Amino acid sequence: MKALSQKRRHPLAAIALLLMGLLLTGGLYAVATTVNEAKASTAEFTASDTQEGEKLFEANCATCHGMGASGTQDGPSLVGVGAAAVDFQVGTGRMPMQMNGPQAYKKPAQFNDTQTHQLAAYVASLGAGPAIPAEELLDEKGNAAEGGELFRVNCAMCHNAAAAGGALTRGKFAPALADVTGKHIYEAMATGPQNMPVFNDSNISPEGKRDIITFLKQIEANGSPGGADLGALGPVSEGLFVWIAGLGVIIAFTIWLTSRTS
Amino acid sequence: MGNHSDGSPNHSGTVATAGQHEVEKFQDPGLPPHRLRLADTDPKAAKRAERQVAALFATSVVGTVIFLVAYFAIDLGDDSSIATIRLQNALLGVGTAFAMLGIGTGIVHWAKALMPDHEVSEERHAIRTEDDRQAAVRIVDDIVEETGIKRRPLIRNTLLGAVALAPLPALAVFGDLGPRPDDKLAHTMWAPTDGKLKRLTRDPDGTPIKASDVTIGSAFHVIPEGLNELHEGKLNEKAKAVVLLMRLDPASLNPSAGRENWGYNGIVAYSKICTHVGCPVALYEQQTHHLLCPCHQSTFDLTQECKVIFGPASRPLPQLPIAVDDEGYLVATSDFNEPVGPSYWERDEHERSINS
Amino acid sequence: MSAASTAEAPAYVANTKVGRFTDFVDERVGGSGILREFGRKVFPDHWSFMFGEVALYSFVILLLSGTFLTFFFDPSMAETHYAGSYTPLKNVEMSVAYSSSLDISFDVRGGLFMRQVHHWAALLFVASVAVHMLRVFFTGAFRKPREMNWVVGGVLLILAMAAGFTGYSLPDDLLSGNGLRIIDGVIKSIPVIGTYISFFLFGGEFPGTVIISRLFTLHILLVPALILLMIVVHLFMVVVHKHTQYPGPGRNDRNVVGYPLGPVYAAKAGGFFFIVFGVIALMAGFFTINPIWNYGPYDPSPVSAGTQPDWYIGFVDGALRLMPGVVSDFHFEYIIFGHVLTLNVLLPALVPAGIIFTVLFTYPWIERWITKDNREHHVLDRPRNAPTRTAIGVAGFTWYSVMWAAAGSDLIATHFHVALNDVTYWLRALFFIGPVIAFVVTKRVALALQRKDREIALHGRETGRIVRLRHGEFIEVHAPLDEYKRYRLVGFESPAPLPAQPNEHGVVTRKENRRAKLSRWFFEDRVAPATPAELEAGHGHHEAVEAGEGQRTLSH
Repeated sequence: MKALSQKRRHPLAAIALLLMGLLLTGGLYAVATTVNEAKASTAEFTASDTQEGEKLFEANCATCHGMGASGTQDGPSLVGVGAAAVDFQVGTGRMPMQMNGPQAYKKPAQFNDTQTHQLAAYVASLGAGPAIPAEELLDEKGNAAEGGELFRVNCAMCHNAAAAGGALTRGKFAPALADVTGKHIYEAMATGPQNMPVFNDSNISPEGKRDIITFLKQIEANGSPGGADLGALGPVSEGLFVWIAGLGVIIAFTIWLTSRTS
Repeated sequence: MGNHSDGSPNHSGTVATAGQHEVEKFQDPGLPPHRLRLADTDPKAAKRAERQVAALFATSVVGTVIFLVAYFAIDLGDDSSIATIRLQNALLGVGTAFAMLGIGTGIVHWAKALMPDHEVSEERHAIRTEDDRQAAVRIVDDIVEETGIKRRPLIRNTLLGAVALAPLPALAVFGDLGPRPDDKLAHTMWAPTDGKLKRLTRDPDGTPIKASDVTIGSAFHVIPEGLNELHEGKLNEKAKAVVLLMRLDPASLNPSAGRENWGYNGIVAYSKICTHVGCPVALYEQQTHHLLCPCHQSTFDLTQECKVIFGPASRPLPQLPIAVDDEGYLVATSDFNEPVGPSYWERDEHERSINS
Repeated sequence: MSAASTAEAPAYVANTKVGRFTDFVDERVGGSGILREFGRKVFPDHWSFMFGEVALYSFVILLLSGTFLTFFFDPSMAETHYAGSYTPLKNVEMSVAYSSSLDISFDVRGGLFMRQVHHWAALLFVASVAVHMLRVFFTGAFRKPREMNWVVGGVLLILAMAAGFTGYSLPDDLLSGNGLRIIDGVIKSIPVIGTYISFFLFGGEFPGTVIISRLFTLHILLVPALILLMIVVHLFMVVVHKHTQYPGPGRNDRNVVGYPLGPVYAAKAGGFFFIVFGVIALMAGFFTINPIWNYGPYDPSPVSAGTQPDWYIGFVDGALRLMPGVVSDFHFEYIIFGHVLTLNVLLPALVPAGIIFTVLFTYPWIERWITKDNREHHVLDRPRNAPTRTAIGVAGFTWYSVMWAAAGSDLIATHFHVALNDVTYWLRALFFIGPVIAFVVTKRVALALQRKDREIALHGRETGRIVRLRHGEFIEVHAPLDEYKRYRLVGFESPAPLPAQPNEHGVVTRKENRRAKLSRWFFEDRVAPATPAELEAGHGHHEAVEAGEGQRTLSH
């Protein structure tokens, strides 16, 4: 230990550290963009992350959220929302918002994973809040049946029992959850983005959230045993289908049946 | 106009045709000449049609085989995957469709191409001839006359009375379909038992909730303590007792007089059962503080004690008065102060008796 | 083929194998009369005449697949823990009914297919009944002597909806359970007896433990038996009346033109059964219907976004959604003599359905009273040739469709990216003005089509060939119609308004005056069929006939 602490004061240590940091960031970035992005997000934040994040924040977010993220009329204060909120909002492209409206839409992310990570680091440094979930909570190996029960009680009324999404008041809506990563689902539950309520760890435990993600990923992977699911929207799409496709095909047959053969 | 005689003389011809005065009309040219089909004249075409029909029937056989193979070759074991079920379902569908459509289209093609296609004209006959109708009316009159029912009103009236009352026992035997409602709808499980206040617990696992657990923006789905331990009528009790627990900035709540102590530090609890027709109103928007019912879109404003601001509901959601016990857990200080859920005829009576 | 038999020995011996068999049956049960009556009965052929058959065949398929399902379904509401093979529900607490429905879907071979066949056939059944009734309405087939059969058809529609609804609730899943809860809420809103009916239906408080088995009995016994009975009555009357036919050359009220039952029509109709079955099988094989495994077991606490009934109950659900509970400060729920009157539920649940079915059942008599037309009609009206009736029908259908669309207001909002509240506001407006617009537009379209028919009858059809005349004018060459095609366009009646007529005492009653007013409203805008004189008068004469004195002239 002593040797290490002595070496730390070596003039070359700073350069070595910088090189290591760059390598690590670059390497992590490479890993994150190709194989496993969750790994990068669970890494600890470094001081340089925070600094870079602050610069990014001031350039891109401060217009609405204010200097020091203290909030303005156009955007809420972000003190204490936690890294998970930033990772969700920026990672799903909802932030920065294109324009003010009832609700921010999901769109291609504007920042890469490193930048998102740095922004999260900065916001997390402003006040304690929900952290980015640990890898083992996202392994999709929980209890799907228990997750399903939690999902139906806490989530299905907005997101639909098959996670196909649903309407809220005045132009807002709860999005469909297919193709949303487990990490973002977890973060959404933990932080309550926009009008979604917060489901903190004492409401739905981390294991419960893991179960919910397991359930969602399982029904998504399973697909519908009965064939095409018609959007999983329930009786409305079934009714439309029977009137348009079912009766349509039958009418085509009746026309053939009653026409004269040449 | 063949059936003019069916109407009374007053009626016949009262439907005006163009301009009342008889305008000359085009004469019906009769059935168009019969047009022969290819198969009628060309033996080759007939032979082709015959082969097509046979091919369609053969398709049906293929469909039947597909069905049988799909049924017997694909085994739904204990751990069959969804993909296997989907495959089997699709193959059963294809098999049945081929089997049925093969027969159906084959027969229809046969009928269209090869069976005689001369249109035939058949005379319609009046449903009953004039003589028949007169005779029938006479018979009915005679029967009525012979019974003397018109001349003996005493018999007629007592019979009518008896017949009118006779179905009553048939209705009465359904009296045991269900118990009398009494005031069952007026009470829920939240009423303290033996002076012990009920804790608010999480749905579905029934663990109690501490006030400190409920952070701002949270929404907890709540059932009363002890519900999961009920053996009988668990769903009946749950159907009345489910509650949504939310916390918002205390400043945005505007409790009316008498309700100041019904929440705790911005934590409030409202019945989840819609006052419209009873769907669970569980969609909580944590920024607008609106509650939306997903069935008929009634919207309630939490900051105005769940007053209706949109949709078909007419009454605010009932609030459950809550407090915190010695150990920091949330408890209901009493039952709801009004019946929960959709309105019913006796509701107001029940509400008055609860509050008296 | 067969003949009457005598006591000693049959005087007639058939000389083919089929003939001998027919004769064997005939000598014992006496079917020759029936065969003589039906064997060559003539049925007109038109694609729009097939919807009744679609309904009948769907019903047969429902009976077949439903019987299979009853072998595996257990309507008990006892509590159990799921032990089947669908892992996302493993060990979840549920009712036996739901668990057995899941077993049918995942653990009975072909069970899922049968469930989907049954449910798709049910949706198609009600849809084809509805389309069949629309066809009958728009072609005037409900007129004398078929009024009673129209009523039987209306009863069948209601029974079909009842069969569908009782079946929808059986799996005891979250979606249908919330549907039942809505029904319970509607029942409770009934004045005086609502609470009692609710307690009697559910055997106590909602949801209780008996409702599924009670609905099961209704679904597999009472309702199908009534449907069968009504189908028998319906078909009996079809045989008595013989089928209607579209107007055309050689067709009139005294004959019926078409193919004989044996062999052509029987082959077509019989083959069509297999076609309908095949189409339903295709839907069941490739398209999921009612994925109960998504919804989970019924529990009064959760609910899914997009909770709707099957399509045929949709209009009632839509009406419930459209009704505002509070308008400015007026609450539609109020207290009268200490009792609660829930008009915000009662009105939308009962009034639109009440109006639709009352008008539906009484329409044949309403129209007969207005037109004083007491003749038998076996030739149909083309919808354009009865503009006011067609407009009434389209207005009614529009009204229905607005409510229907309202049942999907949340899905309209999410899929077209509009606000849920705005969808409701628009549909509330359309609820009132939609039928009016539809009436006016339809009537104008029908009259325009009639004028187009006149034009074609008098001047021939457009050939698309443009010719330049010597003096430079371009004209399109019109080809004259042959007399058969022309008769199709001119062979109809165009009744004029019937003025009020005095009764036998020589008095014009107030009722008769009202009828005359309605008659004018019904027939004042009319286009009379082209006449031979007009055709003679040559080309260039475009005006519609000025019909009767004091009426609006129609010209283009």
